Amino acid sequence: MKAILSGNEAVAQGSYEYGVSFAVGYPGTPSTEILENIVKFPQIYCQWSPNEKVALEVGIGACLAGVRTIVTMKHVGVNVAADPLMTFAYTGVNAGLVIITADDPGMHSSQNEQDNRFYAKFAQVPLLEPSDSQEAKELVGFGLSLSEKYDTPVFLRLTTRISHSKSLTIITQKREEHSAPPFPKNLQKYVMIPAHSRKRHLAVKKRSEELKKESNTTHWNYFDIQDKKVGIISSGVAYQYAREVLPKASYLKLGMTNPLPCELIKEFIGQVGKVYIVEELNPFIEDQLKAMGLQVEGRSLLPDTGELNPDILAKAFSPSTVSVVSAPGDLPPRPPAMCPGCPHRGLFYVLNRRKIRAMGDIGCYTLSVLPPLQAMDTCICMGASIGAVHGFNKALEGSDPPAFVGVLGDSTFLHSGITGLLDVAYNHGTSTIIILDNRTTAMTGFQHHPGTGFTLQGKEAKAVDLVGLAKSLGISRIKEVDSYDLAQLNSVIEEEIKAPEPSLIISKRPCVLLDGKEKRQQRVIDPKLCKGCKACLKLGCPAISISKGKAIIDSLLCNGCPVCEQVCKSKAVRPVE
Amino acid sequence: MDILIVGVGGQGIILASEILADVGKDTGFDVKKSEVHGMSQRGGSVSTHVRFKDKVFSPLIKQGEADFLLAFEALEAYRWIYFLCSEGSIIVNNLKIAPTTVSSGLMEYPEDIERRIKQSGHKVQFVEGLQLAEQSGHKKAMNMVLLGALSIHLPMISEKEWLKVIKDRAPAKTQKINEKAFLLGRNQQMLQS
Repeated sequence: MKAILSGNEAVAQGSYEYGVSFAVGYPGTPSTEILENIVKFPQIYCQWSPNEKVALEVGIGACLAGVRTIVTMKHVGVNVAADPLMTFAYTGVNAGLVIITADDPGMHSSQNEQDNRFYAKFAQVPLLEPSDSQEAKELVGFGLSLSEKYDTPVFLRLTTRISHSKSLTIITQKREEHSAPPFPKNLQKYVMIPAHSRKRHLAVKKRSEELKKESNTTHWNYFDIQDKKVGIISSGVAYQYAREVLPKASYLKLGMTNPLPCELIKEFIGQVGKVYIVEELNPFIEDQLKAMGLQVEGRSLLPDTGELNPDILAKAFSPSTVSVVSAPGDLPPRPPAMCPGCPHRGLFYVLNRRKIRAMGDIGCYTLSVLPPLQAMDTCICMGASIGAVHGFNKALEGSDPPAFVGVLGDSTFLHSGITGLLDVAYNHGTSTIIILDNRTTAMTGFQHHPGTGFTLQGKEAKAVDLVGLAKSLGISRIKEVDSYDLAQLNSVIEEEIKAPEPSLIISKRPCVLLDGKEKRQQRVIDPKLCKGCKACLKLGCPAISISKGKAIIDSLLCNGCPVCEQVCKSKAVRPVE
Repeated sequence: MDILIVGVGGQGIILASEILADVGKDTGFDVKKSEVHGMSQRGGSVSTHVRFKDKVFSPLIKQGEADFLLAFEALEAYRWIYFLCSEGSIIVNNLKIAPTTVSSGLMEYPEDIERRIKQSGHKVQFVEGLQLAEQSGHKKAMNMVLLGALSIHLPMISEKEWLKVIKDRAPAKTQKINEKAFLLGRNQQMLQS
């Protein structure tokens, strides 16, 4: 039967059909929905790990135990998992293991747009790229069989437009059964001491040669010869854009892009006139072909930053067909914002009032960088806030440094903030770290983490005790505050930032989107009392605006929090009865 | 058929586009749809592309080629008009939501947004989405009102088909409200401008 599946749903379906029994990852847009859909299949054990490094290590253990495994993460997650990846590429697998990297060209929800195809080349592992959901599903199966046949982890690279686009996919209830032999004791293969690793690296080189043959012969790399004047070599969603814009050209469609099918490519180039490479982000394919001395073009016509789309291709290849109209330029932009009622908002307001700057981190709260709050000075990667503020304060120790804190969310702290906090305690830091504890991984859509007390499969779990954890790391000043209580936030921050030792403030309130909107009390502004001073606008709450000189709260948007009430000096804000 | 659905994150656009894609599939078309999750869902400008025809390659609609623009908010309608083909029509919710760039006092919401939309040269239909949704039982059913308003322009899909998919997709307890909202929207009339 046919279903309309997103690329992520298709990977989950493929995991079921091709006999995956173990799935593990860390949430990250655009990869998150893979595990959220796998959890619907009781045949597959699945879990969120605290971060991608742990997730891959858990996956390695599972595949060595003999069950087919997938590990999911967003592109930057692979940076976190790169350490096990590079050596796991040497040891190889027992049962098949596929790593899903979900890249985000255009940075819809990411801090960079790194092209993870290079990781496959770097780690010397096969790379597969689907161009729609049907292929995403089937490539899970092909990836697992490659993994087992060539004894290697395999990369399956999705991009936002594959993960979050839906297309017709043939699905079945049938599930393949696979089992691998028990994990053999094979020290030369699995224990990577230098003497063993040297031999394994040679085995990897041999494997790469065999994979080249596979890439040249697999049906996933194929020609479609039409008009011979123009030949397009493409992969992923870029292939679909090309087919849309250049329906008559000849195509070499690549489903396996590392190693490249060099013989097949030469054969294709021999059959057509001008050859273009249509690929998103870096010239990964193009540079390799040019290094082989082949005459191809791509980057001279297409950008190597941002997402491609059919319009960009049309402008490059058939400018006469391009629509001349464009977006009106004078409209107010509508950037995303922290939700009305978001428990993070008050903290950033207080930091602003106190002129305290923040080393920030990755999560919904990163949106505090936008006007009017602009309350964040850095955002680098998961957990970086703590190390960055410690380094900043250490470097200026003894002078009179500007007041800086480190701010990050609960899930981010558990992902990679713990070691940063350990560093602060160990190296005589005095920094103040604030955990915005909203009891969930909010940005990616409310996933459980080790602090929430539940697992991905809905089982009750040990919830980490953040206070106990921080104490054991060596932090003795720990304060828990209510994120909605601005006076308390204000006094605690004042006290802790002055303290001559490290401190941790845990600002607590569940995410407003999880905390039952129905039972909350919306706020309203009494126009008789409002003086139009606009103090409430400094919160940047999307529900508050000015109309005819008075502040108003949009009842369609207000999620009912008490924060605006506390910033109004005229006492014009009150709960709706 | 290329339909661009636009609005503000959190307005129920994704569910509306799911239903639209499903009726396209059930009517026998190849279907692709593209949406964005994550950060953009937090109150930002959101656009979802739904395409159905005999064979669809790109999940994204080309600029100047959309047949319909279904807009959940007026400013967003105007922002995305350039995606419409010259014969394309606009179905727009009569609702204004100030972006934070406006509510924080940095910029002005264009006062004459309705006029600008009407002067675009496209057929335009304004829908009292919120009012009709409240009439059907819940303001959240605004997405169903707007789908209903779109549905009348897609004669290849029967009312029965729409109602079947809405029943399958929407939670059971809101089924009656959703059906009612859809039908209220479906009985709107397109204005020529």
